[in-house]
Amino acid sequence: MRALDFEYMLGLVPVLLKYVPLTLGMASVSMALALALASLLAIIRVAGIPVLDGITRVFISFFRGTPLLVQLFLFYYGLPQLLPILTALDGVSAAIIGLTLHFAAYMAESIRAAILGVDRSQWEASKAIGMSMAQMMRRIILPQASRVAAPTLVNYFIDLIKGTSLAFTLGVTELMGAAQKEAAGSFLYFETFIVVAVFYWVIVEALSLFQQRLEGRLSKAFVR
Amino acid sequence: MIKIRGLTKIYNGTPVLNGIDLDIEKGERIVIIGPSGTGKSTLLRCLNFLDTPDGGEIIFDDETIDVTKASPKDIQRLRLRTSFVFQNYALFANKTARENIAEGLYTVRKWGREEALNRADEILATIGLADKADAYPAALSGGQQQRVGIGRAMSVDTDLMLVDEPTSALDPEWVEEVLQLMKRVADQHRTMLIVTHEMSFAKDIADRVIFMEGGRIVEQGPPSKIFSAPEDDRTKAFLRKVLPSAS
Repeated sequence: MRALDFEYMLGLVPVLLKYVPLTLGMASVSMALALALASLLAIIRVAGIPVLDGITRVFISFFRGTPLLVQLFLFYYGLPQLLPILTALDGVSAAIIGLTLHFAAYMAESIRAAILGVDRSQWEASKAIGMSMAQMMRRIILPQASRVAAPTLVNYFIDLIKGTSLAFTLGVTELMGAAQKEAAGSFLYFETFIVVAVFYWVIVEALSLFQQRLEGRLSKAFVR
Repeated sequence: MIKIRGLTKIYNGTPVLNGIDLDIEKGERIVIIGPSGTGKSTLLRCLNFLDTPDGGEIIFDDETIDVTKASPKDIQRLRLRTSFVFQNYALFANKTARENIAEGLYTVRKWGREEALNRADEILATIGLADKADAYPAALSGGQQQRVGIGRAMSVDTDLMLVDEPTSALDPEWVEEVLQLMKRVADQHRTMLIVTHEMSFAKDIADRVIFMEGGRIVEQGPPSKIFSAPEDDRTKAFLRKVLPSAS
């Protein structure tokens, strides 16, 4: 067994740090869009809106049922062949679209379950004071459902952050893409990938701290 | 004047309300009594469409609503003309006591936020919970929660207050404080339809007592008559059970 090249590993840190913003940026934008889309899909399913409900079921089934990598290739390499206008789509945008749709499908089901878990009394009281469906969702049901869904949704966010590494297969030089290039130059594969692994690990651990604060905040109404 | 004509509700083929006819005068306090499962709560819940009635008409002054043809707009108007006190309080779990009272005022009735919160503070003072304004329901006792629930219904000037067994879900220690508050609300001469199993409370506050059984109004009249000289055998039998000393 050869010795590890610590000097190389230390030198890699500032190089890779430059790519953290792109990774976090892709992850945050995808997460925000996925949350919005997932909430909409969940409400469509809970309300059982005739045609939309069917479309939503198929959407969720497809994006949960096929690998993320296949979906990304489909968006980036496949679709532009059918719709030439999509040739202009760059790797980052394609990755954001793919991650958004993929994770929205998963999160929609968690949010739906959380909505259905909100006590019947909350729906009845909202209706009794004359709230519309939209007011009831926004002010009463979703805030309570978010408390239940939060741990699962943060889990998906963690998965999504790691999922951004697949963008390198679309030619995007993000954290993983940059590491791949460094390794190809140095041939020090172990050193390179262990450093990039630690990068992802630290990002996710930082997120876990945020998760604790978020859950504390969402639960403040439920402390006896 | 509120008129109910032929109100019917069927659950899984079984009629729960069998064509209820009822006129309610402005300011009248009506108490509905009767055995469990006879449609008392369903009657209240059909009047604001928490349960959808299967037939009949609900008439508020000039506005007639055929329940089988009620549009979402009709239902919303009906809900704005009524307020509801739930057996299980049903406070919004993510809102403080103050917000629970103010929520309908600013979200639905489009009051200014300040105005609504001020109104909520007034109500909280009235129901003796000014010091709990910022407490969430989870931190309140059952009695306090129900007082906020009553406060929420008091905060709006509706044509009809529907009160569904306000003390049935309470531990015995909290019943008295809620009944005291209900009596004070009744003293304001709001138009009220109250379902309760508290017979002495019913005697105290009712202008009219209705005895229901099997989804029908069996007998009605002033409390002095219903409690002292009921005519129908079913009313007599029920009162013997709930007022053992009176028979």
